Amino acid sequence: MNGDQEVRDGVDRETVDAVRNMGSYKYGWATDIETDYAPKGLNEDIVRLISSKNGEPEWMLEWRLTAYRRWVEMVEPSWAMLNYPVIDYQDQFYYAKPKSMTQKPQSLDEVDPKLLATYAKLGIPLKEQMLLAGVEGAEGVAADARRVAVDAVFDSVSVGTTFKKELAKAGVIFCSISDAIREHPELVKKYLGSVVPQSDNFFATLNSAVFSDGSFVYIPPGTKCPMELSTYFRINAENTGQFERTLIIADKGAYVSYLEGCTAPKRDIAQLHAAVVEIVILEDAEVKYSTVQNWYPGDENGLGGIYNFVTKRADCRGDRAKVMWTQVETGSAITWKYPSCILRGNESQGEFYSIAIANNYQQADTGTKMIHLGRDTRSRIVSKGISAGHAQNTYRGQVSMHPRAKNSRNYTQCDSLLIGDKCGAHTVPYIEVKNHSSRVEHEATTSKVDDDQLFYCRARGIGEEAAVALVVNGFCKDVLQALPMEFAMEAQALVAISLEGSVG
Amino acid sequence: MQAVRTAAAARLAEMGWPTRRDEYWRWTDPATFAAEEVPESEAFRVERPIFSGMDKLRLVFTDGVFDAAASDDAALAGVEISRLANAPKWAVDAVGSLEAAGQKPVRRPLAALNTARATDGILVRVTGRATKPLHISYRQSSNTSDAILHHYIKLEPGAELTLLETGTAGARANLVMEVDVGEGARFHHIRPQGRSVGHRVVSAIFARVGAQAVFKSFTLSMNGRLTRNEAMIEIVGDNAVAHIAGAALGDGADDDFHHDDTVFITHGAVGCESRQVFKKVLRHGAVGVFQGKILVRNGAQKTDGYQISQALMLDDSCQFLAKPELEIYADDVKCSHGSTTGAIDETALFYLRSRGVPREEAVALLVLSFLADAIAEIDDETIAADILARLEEWLARHRG
Repeated sequence: MNGDQEVRDGVDRETVDAVRNMGSYKYGWATDIETDYAPKGLNEDIVRLISSKNGEPEWMLEWRLTAYRRWVEMVEPSWAMLNYPVIDYQDQFYYAKPKSMTQKPQSLDEVDPKLLATYAKLGIPLKEQMLLAGVEGAEGVAADARRVAVDAVFDSVSVGTTFKKELAKAGVIFCSISDAIREHPELVKKYLGSVVPQSDNFFATLNSAVFSDGSFVYIPPGTKCPMELSTYFRINAENTGQFERTLIIADKGAYVSYLEGCTAPKRDIAQLHAAVVEIVILEDAEVKYSTVQNWYPGDENGLGGIYNFVTKRADCRGDRAKVMWTQVETGSAITWKYPSCILRGNESQGEFYSIAIANNYQQADTGTKMIHLGRDTRSRIVSKGISAGHAQNTYRGQVSMHPRAKNSRNYTQCDSLLIGDKCGAHTVPYIEVKNHSSRVEHEATTSKVDDDQLFYCRARGIGEEAAVALVVNGFCKDVLQALPMEFAMEAQALVAISLEGSVG
Repeated sequence: MQAVRTAAAARLAEMGWPTRRDEYWRWTDPATFAAEEVPESEAFRVERPIFSGMDKLRLVFTDGVFDAAASDDAALAGVEISRLANAPKWAVDAVGSLEAAGQKPVRRPLAALNTARATDGILVRVTGRATKPLHISYRQSSNTSDAILHHYIKLEPGAELTLLETGTAGARANLVMEVDVGEGARFHHIRPQGRSVGHRVVSAIFARVGAQAVFKSFTLSMNGRLTRNEAMIEIVGDNAVAHIAGAALGDGADDDFHHDDTVFITHGAVGCESRQVFKKVLRHGAVGVFQGKILVRNGAQKTDGYQISQALMLDDSCQFLAKPELEIYADDVKCSHGSTTGAIDETALFYLRSRGVPREEAVALLVLSFLADAIAEIDDETIAADILARLEEWLARHRG
């Protein structure tokens, strides 16, 4: 963006500067570490190799091969408003592992100091007792009260998982998915692919064939997970795709808050990332899933960056199950991501809060799906998109009320803000209503966040913009503050940016 | 004209027929529009004439062919009227040009089919202010008629025309109207679609709106087994206005009722205003579809774009499927859209009933108030009153 560009009415200088400053990517350095690669390209042998590297049982290999055979016959989707060069799937490494991880470390003490230093530099010290040392808890909350268990994934492998023992005491299983396949095959067999089937879509199918690592979470019935869980994904190796797979199961009455962060070095060549996240939520259980997506976005001329194709889906299988997706999307050259909720259980609830910021030549096509199947189900979508520079930002969403989903309710609000006249902001919602007792409201204006709350604020002398900021911040704040370390501050700053100037 | 038809046939051959796999046909099945055989539909014979109290110039098309005996003498000051077959010089390069331009970015094979195979149509050139409305009146006499009509309306700078389009054109109808609204010209279009319950109609309006010009179109649909009304409006001149509105009331008990509005408004100039107002009242398994887009091109600053699509469902078997889209490449714009779906507001109903209004009457009142925003898009009060009378008749017929 031009430095002396005129700022139009309604967008204050701070917002413009804040967005512009996002161009300076803080996590663009690489770790110099010896890495073992699988041969370049993709074929059945590579799938077998990944499976054997992970020490998987035969059924898992078969599962992968089935996915691979389906993928070969699939066509890459082109419906998103994204424009990128053809991806050569044979010109990628599908597996990269630091040499020091050849023998899996038994505890964090045995992990290569270079890897630990990498995470420390990213602000994720992989040490239990001082996890948040030096980071002030927001609003005076004592640091030790905000412990977060971390699973750290480096290229294709999980480096280590903290607080495993303490979590085990509560019955919570938190480990890498490769460990889970070996140690908890009954759970993995039962739930893997049950939310995002093997051949769900092109990118999910690719992931099903070649996923290398990721996190596994199981919260037993009636258990509130004693701390927040988090996975930090780092791409380090060049020319390597990352394909992580996350599976979260909240059994009846369970609760967990899960956080995800990701970064990658600055490189001139675009890198592929195709992840799958599956969440199973049983009766009365609740899952909060928060993401600060900060993959390398490419430089100011659109060179390099991560191509981010992600399938995330939560299945509210039981009555009164609840899921909340919160995403702050600031990175990636290409974002293709639609965290979805299947509201199968009666009175189940799905929420989606998203802030997507695209600058320079970034392109984001992101949104959500709310599939209402059970009666008295509720969903809420709040999406804020900001485009700057030459970026294109698209909200794409679906709200579907099935005939059986009586008395259900959806409220959707999408706001877009353009900064500069070279960028684009688009809204592509699909609304399907098949019963008459449900109410669906979609709007792309800022004048009606929630009339009652807004009226309450306004009646007390708070201006419209401040009132909307207050209302939106009100329901975002809990989730955003729960994000670990500097992410919380960063994400909060981003929310403020997204609201300023978006009213009126 | 043969060259125009050949070019359109080539476009169609290149595009192929529409299918459910096309993005903009996902909710409406185009098969019967493209089928070789016309699905049978009984003509509705006792349709009470609408706009009968108005002074207008009436042109009648029966089963897709101009009916000179039933039509008025085509003489109106400031308006030149001719049939498609006798295209005057001004029309030769014009006919088909807006349809061809409107094939991007989304293909519209049924419109190309229309240009290639039109059975008839009128070409209208308006050079001044028309002293009375032009009325295209469609009639259906055969249960298997296939009407393919192609009209071209050209409004020279500063010209004004009100166009009324009424009735059922055939058991199956494919209607294309190209409208070129010159600088400062004003075009009003009012279209109550016909009453025969089983007919199928696909219509497309391709409009080009010049600087300071006004384009306004309103459609009322109350019957028809399958209706697809498309509008592609391209605003090319600064400070122009384009409004398009529709009210659809469907009762699936008469026959199937599937009603689809697909609207694309493109802002290609500075300081223009567009409005899309679409309301649907559905009962007994009726299906409503709305696909609307506001596209603001780079440089089309100071755009004011608004779009609302709403469905009122009177019972549990209906469906409303909507895709309200925004595609914006300019930063100094005000664009918004809204879409709501739901049942009759029980609180409002209770309020009316507690004041002694019988339930059926209360429902009728709430339906009319739901449709009010769309009806308000009709400027002429006499026309609006006639449309309202039609609505009230429908509500009286579809009680309980």
